[in-house]
Amino acid sequence: MDKQSVPQDHSSTYEGLRKLLYAVDENGKYVGVPSSGWEAESFSTELAVNEMIRQRDDAWQRARDGRTSPLEYHMYRNRMDFDTLVMTTGLWRWRVRRHFRPGVFAKLNDALLMRYASAMGISIESLKQLPDAP
Amino acid sequence: MTEFQHRQAAHCESGVTSALISHAGLPLSEPMAFGLASALAFAYIPFVKLAGMPLISYRMWPGAIVKAMPKRLGVQMSMRKFSSEKEGADALDAEIGKGRVVGLQTCIYWLPYVPDQFRFHFNMHNIIIYGREGDEYLVSDPVFEMSTRCPRDALTRARFAKGALQAKGLMYYPTSVPNEIDYRTVIPKAIKANYRNLMQPIFPMIGIKGIRYLGKQILKLERHKDRDRYLPLYLTHIVRMQEEIGSGGAGFRFVYASFLQEASRILNNDVLARASKELTDAGDEWRRFALRVTRMIRGREEMNLQVLNEVINTVADREAAVWNMLKDFAI
Repeated sequence: MDKQSVPQDHSSTYEGLRKLLYAVDENGKYVGVPSSGWEAESFSTELAVNEMIRQRDDAWQRARDGRTSPLEYHMYRNRMDFDTLVMTTGLWRWRVRRHFRPGVFAKLNDALLMRYASAMGISIESLKQLPDAP
Repeated sequence: MTEFQHRQAAHCESGVTSALISHAGLPLSEPMAFGLASALAFAYIPFVKLAGMPLISYRMWPGAIVKAMPKRLGVQMSMRKFSSEKEGADALDAEIGKGRVVGLQTCIYWLPYVPDQFRFHFNMHNIIIYGREGDEYLVSDPVFEMSTRCPRDALTRARFAKGALQAKGLMYYPTSVPNEIDYRTVIPKAIKANYRNLMQPIFPMIGIKGIRYLGKQILKLERHKDRDRYLPLYLTHIVRMQEEIGSGGAGFRFVYASFLQEASRILNNDVLARASKELTDAGDEWRRFALRVTRMIRGREEMNLQVLNEVINTVADREAAVWNMLKDFAI
């Protein structure tokens, strides 16, 4: 890539930051060139972020309808997927899955709730609750 | 002890390692650190999932640069993990108190200075701590343009986050560096090891074969049961793996091409210069692939997985040409 072709698309996903790319200058020499964003990349980021939002909203709706526990909603809300939640809490997969059942989740003791809450960096109170809007 | 100079890098690990060694008195560019670590790779790992998508990596696994490169150069690195948060925080304070500059492995999600869009539960983010003022550490995070600060609690949390590839507070710094690098020995060695990464993989999903395997996986999307939802997510996932995570552009291909060019200057060798150009072309092809993918998803070009497979195979051909040039590289 030539230095002049380094995209400067001011992507909103960069939030004003510039990241370093390597490109070839007019003398054929490789140099580090800060880039303010690339359309193709930010489009891909947005698609992934929208998918996370979709999953979060979907979990919120199901929690509202009593088909899952607030735990699943908070998992997505804090940018985790199922595997991440399992690994950061160190619990068995089947146990975490079981805690997605509203009845089971409502009866969890504080020690277990704390494990989830601290993995997500939120309080037990907020973990137990489903907000009014996703 | 000289004052620490923040230097922006494309990638956190090669950035931190080259900055620490440079600060210790052995000047080293980021591409040179990356190249001497033989860090260029390709791997398609279907059984490791990131948000439901296969892991696609364009470099050696995290930790390879910090470990491999100092060894090759004869740099002594102290690397310590800790069993408790307190122990880790105290050890950091002790080193900073001595005026030492240290590298840390952290989970990027818990670093408060990182903008929201970059915050994922990713445990392999490397940063440098070069000082402390009260309860705040002075941070040089090489993927950012400027140095910054991080409060004590947040830093401890980031160092001891649990999960895949957890850091366990990993702290590292060079304890001795050689006066100079014997480039005539280490460059051919590093290139040879990198040749094996790409041309003699132990699994078919790795190296140049792995790139072709990716092309085959793209073809299979046609028959995916949830095609309309899955296809755009899968294709943009490839683009994100290639461009997003501090790769210097085109999945580290430009970083490595820069290394080859620097090496060609040092050794006054024309083969390396030509290999650098060829790899630059391969990198440009990766970038065209990314552009093509987004154009197809946005409907500006007809979605054609056969065409994407062909682009990927062109990339593989170009990269194979680079490594065939370097196959018998010796001084």
